Amino acid sequence: MSRRSKNRITPIDTLSETRMSRGQATLRAVVLALGALVFLFPFYYMVIGSLQTEPDPTVAGAFPNPANLTLDNFAAINERISLLTGLVNSGIFTLGVLLGTLVFGLLAGYALAQLHWRGRGATFALALLVQVVPFQLLMIPLYVLIARDYGLSDNYLGMILPFFINSTAVVIFRQYFLQLPKELFEAARIDGASELVLLWRIAIPLVRPALITVVLLTFIGPWNEFLWPFLITKDAALQPLAVSLANYISTVAASAANPFGATLAGAVVLAAPVVVLFIVFQRYFISTDIGSGVKG
Amino acid sequence: MTATATAAPKAAKAPRVRERLLGRNPLGLLFSAPYLVFVLLVFAYPLVYSLWIAFHDFFFAAPGAQVDRPFVGLDNFVAAFSDPAVIRSFGNVGIFLLINVPLTVVLSLVLATALNRVTRFRTFLRVSYYVPYVTASVAVVGVWLFLFNGEGLVNQILGPLAPDPSWLISETWAMPTIAIFVTWKQLGFYILLYLAALQGVPKELYESASTDGAGAIRSFFSVTVPGVRPATVLVLLVSTVTGANLFTEPYLLTGGGGPNGASASPVLIMYQKGLQQGQPDVAAAIGIVLVVLVLVIAWLQNRFAGERD
Repeated sequence: MSRRSKNRITPIDTLSETRMSRGQATLRAVVLALGALVFLFPFYYMVIGSLQTEPDPTVAGAFPNPANLTLDNFAAINERISLLTGLVNSGIFTLGVLLGTLVFGLLAGYALAQLHWRGRGATFALALLVQVVPFQLLMIPLYVLIARDYGLSDNYLGMILPFFINSTAVVIFRQYFLQLPKELFEAARIDGASELVLLWRIAIPLVRPALITVVLLTFIGPWNEFLWPFLITKDAALQPLAVSLANYISTVAASAANPFGATLAGAVVLAAPVVVLFIVFQRYFISTDIGSGVKG
Repeated sequence: MTATATAAPKAAKAPRVRERLLGRNPLGLLFSAPYLVFVLLVFAYPLVYSLWIAFHDFFFAAPGAQVDRPFVGLDNFVAAFSDPAVIRSFGNVGIFLLINVPLTVVLSLVLATALNRVTRFRTFLRVSYYVPYVTASVAVVGVWLFLFNGEGLVNQILGPLAPDPSWLISETWAMPTIAIFVTWKQLGFYILLYLAALQGVPKELYESASTDGAGAIRSFFSVTVPGVRPATVLVLLVSTVTGANLFTEPYLLTGGGGPNGASASPVLIMYQKGLQQGQPDVAAAIGIVLVVLVLVIAWLQNRFAGERD
């Protein structure tokens, strides 16, 4: 960049550059637009299908007459699985994980970045290692321990426990706290401030964007999680929406005459909170944060 | 002030011992203690327990009951792999990875490179790419069932070209359809990773490539691809691990790994054997073999795609 602005650009250079970049730009636009269509169409189709009494699978069905749209499917799915119960359970599960991550994950991230203590390096290595431990290895022993030994099946605690502190969040917090100038903390420590005061009064206000990133990233884990709550909850009154909707898809839907309308209505209810959250706070969900969380 | 000065020689010794034992700020250990306990309880102990279960005759017993669980060596592994369904599930996940991993790497790198250069609609495009990633699999599975069923939109568009039996009930197409679904669902995350990596490729390299007469395609292969190699290794690793964890999609899209187990994944079999049929020991053995295989694949990927020093 800087070198080119310093050098004088000859007319021939500019000519060939614009010609090349115009072809390139067209190709790029086509690729990007095609990508956006492929990614967004199923969501459009989900909403359209949920609003049709009898979802029409033909091409014309993708562009229905707005006058024929109804909310009947939402009432239908609500009769089979209680949407409100599902949403409340998903909410409790997610809030529990957010609470654990924001309190204990933040403390650990701060300790890893700003305090010198024995075992700091090992703890950081653990936080990275934990992220690559595949769940399939933990599935059986966790089920045996939590459902059988601790008797926490059909219990919010049992649901939350394996996700309680998000390790990616710990690594992101550490990354943000590392960027804060050490002198700031040294000065406050000389003034006699305790570490908790430092954390609460100085560190947290300075990393507020990180808090939002972590909330977003942590939110999608439990809200979308299917396998674990599916294993641990048999009682429909305690199932998160992802589990009750999946049970509807796998059992009831097979017998119903036209199950798609109700399924799609349930899918919209499950997807909407997350999609809205990520559109509103999109600027906090950027590549560098996610990259640092995975790479360390 | 004077009090501290006189007390110093006596007190200095104690802090130094403490410092050597616990570090300069032992409070850090206290702050991290909940996280460490969590990791110990939810990761370290279950990991060891998993190995123990796999090598013993383990079954579900009433809580608190004293039962004998003898060491059985490799019996659980033999029991697992003398079942053709288990072998088949490993083959299925192999097919899945062969389609999903290369497709993921190529598409996410191409889209990230294209996205990196645009200024207009950048936010819109970025958000639309990661929306599938942040949405629950269970929710989008609903739409895919609608799109890919026998009379679904996809077959309506394909007309006579539509496969018979349709995608999700065909032994040939069930697994590839799942692989495409997962690629579509996860791609946004890998695009974000590549976008971050692209910021680290020096602009000067593109300029000197263009001075040397390299076109867009040429500089993509000689500057971009080598420039993002560490990210590629990461994408390979994460997509392989995610693929080996496959459960929700075969469970819901193909009604529990159908037809005839053509889309059953090892984790689905682990669920069926371990929790439905009450053989957690056999399921744990399958899990261990799966993880060992993933580690081998990851090592090979790192060997052949990683940094060559």
